[in-house]
Amino acid sequence: MAAVVHPGQASHLGDWAGRYFHIDQVLDKPGPRTDPSFLAGDGVKKFLREECKILVIGAGGLGCEILANLALLGFKDIHVIDMDTIDISNLNRQFLFRQKDVGQPKATVAAEFIMKRVPGVKVTPYFGKIQDKDDDYYMQFNLVVCGLDSIEARRWMNATLVNLVDPENPESLKPLIDGGTEGFKGQARVILPTVTSCYECSLDMLNKPTAFPICTIANTPRLPEHCIEWASVLEWPRIWKDKKMDTDDPEHIGWLYGVAAARAKEFKIEGVTWALTQGVVKNIIPAIASTNAIIAAACCNEAFKIATSSAAYLNNYFMLIGTDSVYSYTFIHEQRPECPVCGGESVEISISRDFTVESLIEMLTEKQHIQIKKPSLSTPTKQIYLQAPPQLEAATRPNLEKKVSELVADGGEVTVTASSLPFSLSLRITYT
Amino acid sequence: MIKIWSMKKNEEAANKKKPKTSAAQIRVQKDLTELDLPATMQTNFPDPADLLNFTLTITPDEGMYQGGAFTFSFVINTNYPHDPPKVKCLPKIYHPNVDLEGNVCLNILREDWKPVLNLNSVMVGLQYLFLEPNAEDPLNKEAAEDLRRNRDAFIANVRSSMKGSTVKGITYERVTV
Ligand SMILES: [Zn+2]
Repeated sequence: MAAVVHPGQASHLGDWAGRYFHIDQVLDKPGPRTDPSFLAGDGVKKFLREECKILVIGAGGLGCEILANLALLGFKDIHVIDMDTIDISNLNRQFLFRQKDVGQPKATVAAEFIMKRVPGVKVTPYFGKIQDKDDDYYMQFNLVVCGLDSIEARRWMNATLVNLVDPENPESLKPLIDGGTEGFKGQARVILPTVTSCYECSLDMLNKPTAFPICTIANTPRLPEHCIEWASVLEWPRIWKDKKMDTDDPEHIGWLYGVAAARAKEFKIEGVTWALTQGVVKNIIPAIASTNAIIAAACCNEAFKIATSSAAYLNNYFMLIGTDSVYSYTFIHEQRPECPVCGGESVEISISRDFTVESLIEMLTEKQHIQIKKPSLSTPTKQIYLQAPPQLEAATRPNLEKKVSELVADGGEVTVTASSLPFSLSLRITYT
Repeated sequence: MIKIWSMKKNEEAANKKKPKTSAAQIRVQKDLTELDLPATMQTNFPDPADLLNFTLTITPDEGMYQGGAFTFSFVINTNYPHDPPKVKCLPKIYHPNVDLEGNVCLNILREDWKPVLNLNSVMVGLQYLFLEPNAEDPLNKEAAEDLRRNRDAFIANVRSSMKGSTVKGITYERVTV
């Protein structure tokens, strides 16, 4: 079992005989479509196996597949972040977990499983939120692979990697490979922050969760889902007032289930179950193990191609639709100029420490190449001056007389919005 | 590792470094500062530094709800505009599309919400409910039934409910200005 391919080379310890036989067919010689920068042989193998540091976000359905694939492809320094613990319902597809692991952090259990099963691979888990980590943490990686089911977490990760790009530092551009599945559908995409379209650029392409008209729920329920939504959207706030519904609390789900079942009985609707109740209120889309496997494989192929330059990588969106037989489509999703994350413009402005907010606004409206009508200004933490509504204009008006240097640190960012701008303008303020 | 930087250099956009202001934050600032509200609608921010929680008061200047002031709470979460704003009618009112808990039946607040819509579209939609109450999408079934059966009687109920009277056993809040 512990046979070593290259005896004496510490970094290859744990690699069993023939481990890289197949992978090396790709890495030992260039092919017709190989990137010109490809270093066949030891160079690329050394990078992949000894230097490349890869971050996996999510250790759930997609995450388990991604971790296993990356480890078997030869990535050896893998980090994984997940804030969840293992639930019994995960065990049918999240194959790194066993019954004894229920209640344990996904990231930790997944990391231990991979390290035990694939000797020589180091997996570093973090049990917590992606938001806990700062730029320095994300800077250490070469690549990030996302296997998340949360849109909010993805938007955060995407914006963080776009913001990380420093024009002075090539290392700051971290390719993001994003995978997502919904039942039989899925997508894998390669995001090169600031170069290609980003996650936020495609926000309006997302399938929105099915929502039923509230009057249907209230008056003419026909589906078990209508009864469950009646319990959660209308009855919960009516009975419990301001008490927040916790969809992870079995008592809360139990209450909703009881109310929904009574409603279903009244309207002679069948199919309200505990599992469906939980599924509807947590907006759980049935996860299909094979869809996860396909999408994770696509993501890991891209991670491998980008890390090794051994083949052309995906440009930039792969879509899989398995609901009516099997259909897949690859296309270039275009960057949106009005994207609030990667679009818009950034302008450097150098002013004196005595410069007032009012003069800054005047400067913005007069500057030939900017010419913004009625700009509203804010920093990431506070409003500087808002043109409307009247109450906010009045509340921020006293700032007009203040010095910009009192409100914005040297090198700080100011976000400008105005109806004449497609989205926003970012000002970087430095003082002379 | 693929050399992305060389592609990057070819683009004329090497200085796109952006602040940490979240996309939701920028979008809300843009939506609010570009609101184009008629005199019949007014926003109020309990904490002017918090753009995510505010109220909107509609005072219709025509139609059967003329003379009333109807206040709605708006709660915007950090996943805006993927998620629609959460809107509730604060006073208890007699209206076919608003229930006694303040839930509002307006399609763009739920099933027809899209990120391309904005706060202005929601506010205009709310105002429209007072100009054209809709008996087809009832949340207050009694009110909808009244409107369908006898428009004049419905209008009389609206008038008295707005003064804070009891209509069919339910006491409504006084909303007249
Ligand atoms: Zn973008």
